[in-house]
Amino acid sequence: MADREHFTELAMEYMPALYTAALRMTRNPSDAEDLVQETFLKAYRSFGGFSEGTNLKAWLYKILTNTFINSYRAAKRRPEKADVEDVEDLYLYHRLGELQGADPGRSAEEEVLDHITDDEVKSAIESLPEAFRIAVLLADVEGFSYKEIADITDVPIGTVMSRIHRGRKALQKALLEFAREHGLVSVVDPAGGR
Amino acid sequence: MTGREDHGVDCEATIERLYHFLDGELTDDRRLAIERHLDECAPCVSAYGFEIELRQVIANRCKDHVPDSLIARVRRVLGEADAEVAGGSGAAEPEDASDILGSADSGH
Repeated sequence: MADREHFTELAMEYMPALYTAALRMTRNPSDAEDLVQETFLKAYRSFGGFSEGTNLKAWLYKILTNTFINSYRAAKRRPEKADVEDVEDLYLYHRLGELQGADPGRSAEEEVLDHITDDEVKSAIESLPEAFRIAVLLADVEGFSYKEIADITDVPIGTVMSRIHRGRKALQKALLEFAREHGLVSVVDPAGGR
Repeated sequence: MTGREDHGVDCEATIERLYHFLDGELTDDRRLAIERHLDECAPCVSAYGFEIELRQVIANRCKDHVPDSLIARVRRVLGEADAEVAGGSGAAEPEDASDILGSADSGH
């Protein structure tokens, strides 16, 4: 049987990561705080059923994600879609390359990334439809494996892979938009010509 | 250049599996085939390098400072839940939950 005092210290280590995830999910600091508190309390109460050696971080994320889906997300149940039909693999890399006419190397593409701000990354993630947002968050921000994400979100692994894939494309599209808006890339429209 | 029939991958196959490769989700055979391709293909290495950097940007620029008030609040709520458990002669019953949640709002 797990020790409850020990639990608090172990679980508190994940507070920053859980709070960040809660903010991206709810997109609202006050809801994020409530969601985190509820997650900790639920975890604490069911800690007796948690066996040592299980992945504590994944377990906490599962509680967070379930709580969010059941209590905090907007009432709309219709499935959202990520509109990424026109987005190919390596989208951002290719677009930046075209815009810059860059050579390979420690390239102009990579330098553009230096100028993307924290707020832009956060709002790009928050702009994704919910299912894709959660998948990308768990994969790219938290570094969970496909299998762990399937377990956390309770969907088949194939669905997880598809959501991550589409979510990343949509994310790259959003980041390119920021790069353009802020003049980080010279606006050359290859289609428009001159 | 000719490649072995079961191991060689070209640029197209590499790019197609690049995200799975970066995710560490490929079988050893496929992973090794892509590693070999990257050893000798500058354009693919360039794309690979960009994607690695992009991931770092996304992971590192997505952190938020946890308000001290939230840490205090969670510790207090867990402490109260703990007191309930200790006071209840070791039986941690979930039906105590509503009391604990309610009392958390009124401060300590």
